[in-house]
Amino acid sequence: MSDDLPFDLALSEEQRIMRDSIQRFATQQMRELARDADEAGQPPEGFYDASCELGLTLLPIPEDCGGAGQPREPMSNVLAAEDLGYGDMSLAMGALAPLGFINAVLDFGTTEQQQAFLSPMASETFVPASIALMEGRATFEPGQLQTRAVASGDGYVLDGEKRLVPLGCQAQQLLVVAALEDGSPAAFVVPAGAEGLSAEAADYMGLRSLETATVTLQGVKVPALNRLENFDLERLVDLSRLGIAAMAVGCCQAIVDYCIPYANERTAFGEPISRRQSVAFMIANMAIELEGMRLLVWRAASRAQQGLPFHREAYLARVLCAEKAMEIGTNGIQVFGGAGFIRDYPLEMWYRNLRAVGLLEGAVMV
Amino acid sequence: MINLEIPKKLQQVQQMAHQLSATVFRPISRKYDRIEHCDTPEELKPVAQMMASMAASRGKSAGAGSGGEGSSSNGANLTGIVGMEEMCWGDVGLMLSIPGTGLGNAAIQAVGTPEQKEAFGKLYCAMAITEPGAGSDSAAVSTTAVADGDEWVLNGTKIYCTAGQRCDAVVVWATLDKSLGKAAIKSFIVPRDNPGMKLLRVEDKMGLRISDTAALSLEDCRIPKSNILGSAEIANTEAARKKAFGGVMQTFDNTRPQVAAMALGVARAALEITRELLAKEGFQGDYSRTLYNSTALEAEVYRMEADLDAARLMTYKAAWMADNRQPNSTDASMCKAKAGRVGNQITLKCVEICGELGYSEQFLLEKLARDSKIIDIFEGTQQIQQLIVARNLLGLSSRELK
Repeated sequence: MSDDLPFDLALSEEQRIMRDSIQRFATQQMRELARDADEAGQPPEGFYDASCELGLTLLPIPEDCGGAGQPREPMSNVLAAEDLGYGDMSLAMGALAPLGFINAVLDFGTTEQQQAFLSPMASETFVPASIALMEGRATFEPGQLQTRAVASGDGYVLDGEKRLVPLGCQAQQLLVVAALEDGSPAAFVVPAGAEGLSAEAADYMGLRSLETATVTLQGVKVPALNRLENFDLERLVDLSRLGIAAMAVGCCQAIVDYCIPYANERTAFGEPISRRQSVAFMIANMAIELEGMRLLVWRAASRAQQGLPFHREAYLARVLCAEKAMEIGTNGIQVFGGAGFIRDYPLEMWYRNLRAVGLLEGAVMV
Repeated sequence: MINLEIPKKLQQVQQMAHQLSATVFRPISRKYDRIEHCDTPEELKPVAQMMASMAASRGKSAGAGSGGEGSSSNGANLTGIVGMEEMCWGDVGLMLSIPGTGLGNAAIQAVGTPEQKEAFGKLYCAMAITEPGAGSDSAAVSTTAVADGDEWVLNGTKIYCTAGQRCDAVVVWATLDKSLGKAAIKSFIVPRDNPGMKLLRVEDKMGLRISDTAALSLEDCRIPKSNILGSAEIANTEAARKKAFGGVMQTFDNTRPQVAAMALGVARAALEITRELLAKEGFQGDYSRTLYNSTALEAEVYRMEADLDAARLMTYKAAWMADNRQPNSTDASMCKAKAGRVGNQITLKCVEICGELGYSEQFLLEKLARDSKIIDIFEGTQQIQQLIVARNLLGLSSRELK
């Protein structure tokens, strides 16, 4: 690799192959499942296992933990998130939640911790796991947590409530982010069935198939080994914002692609509505803003992959994606008019899912 | 490999252009905004020489910045974008006033014969398209060109011709036969001292004041037959007509990202000055809290930075596509649309945020807010860019989506 990389938007051969298979999965399998999963509040039987065949979770797990030992690649993960988001954001988030957990352990855990927490994740079938960061209050700030971790004996005792936790009820392992006595954040692996840990399904406006839950920790004791030694909250927040934003880029691309044929076919006042500037310009603007979203996400992720600082870039990607993804979501419905509001079409589901982009923290770390 | 950073080789160009901008343009920015009408500023003459020698050396090291086999290359387009942003960070009006960098030069470079490049390539060439009755609708050009022996005879009026006063030659758009529409529109190189071409006036403008914007008349203006750019034949089939006019319009695929880069430079200058002024009041803006737990001022600055960076990356992308011979018509228009509008919004918002300091002539913010407006208009208005993007996305012709 040259020291002086050119500005380049071309995919590597591996990325190209990976994208092909994920895009096929997204369009041929996810898209048609999405509506039923949204209505049912859970994915269909076997969906997550099918998603495992893409190999995304196994790839970065070290070989001695049973994985493929591939390098940690936030940029490639962003491409995967974008393509899965094109299929469906909610299903994508569920499929990628365990990868988020794995990435956190890889980035913040010691070799010993990776052994302990990643070995159970190295499976051909889906092992639910995720990150529990959000808390239930307006003005939530990831750096100011109310969930507490108090040192006790040779471990810690956790108390608090985590909200909007992906796969919260079935997760085999949860990475719980809590404040230490001095207020500084720390991350703890909490296994399913730990005493004092309970989870209750909680419904939201969107992301309904994600099986989100409120997780309560009442005097949950974990050994010192379970506190990830090199935890960096800013990195976790930044990389998860990129994951969410990448899925939003995929979802917005789906909206633009869905609106184009409709606008060309739907006739009003004697001609297709696409021939009116008011409609055509709306679609043009959706595509223009989408391009900006995508490139901001890619820039931040590619910096992360190269080991360059990327906090500012991830922050700005989040700011733009939060605003423009919702704009695209609402305009997608607008192009369809009343039909967009009807649940026969996916637009209202996309709209509900995209509302999460501006508020979700910690869900899927890429 | 995906990488959205500017390589070191181009950073050198960036730094050189920035140095020039900071030391030559900025100190005289206000002065020439006030002077408005004058000959080419003396300070720009050495700049023109430097640009010419830089262009020559760039030609020799074409393909520089390539990261090895199989990888994309960063060539003249991206290099031009990077340099353009830096110069316009200094002063967009002064940049446009550098002799030798006119839009006409770009057209001659793009479609001129070797002889034309030899004869006119080193001159300062403006481009005259707009007429009192033809703005965005380039196909409505009514200036006429009639063959007469060894010469073309041109008649008509051109307005809003950037550098029309100070240039050495003008590339004039004229029709061979108005009844034949777009296909009959050709461009002709007219030396500025041709007795048939007269300067009617130089416009007084809100911004971009030092850049001369001229109205020109052509009265029985005679030029040699060889001064036509491209073929003199009028395409007689629909496909050929489309191709002929498309060829003329293609120049814009290369120049639109450059104009987008102008907006980037102007907006970045405004944001930097705003941050400097805010820093004196203890403003942090360090991205440390979520958007809604930040101050209103921080949130506004973050939004502007996000928009500006998005516009910049889109502009890089369009240029990168051109460097790698990918068709970029949609992306060129997308970046011009995004950069044009956010450039204008950002400069206006910066004035508002800084209050009296923003509105005052003591600082450059008010000037940047005046300069930025035209960038969302010339080289295709915001609305024209949207039209192009929409037609390309929807697969509609100009007849289907008007």
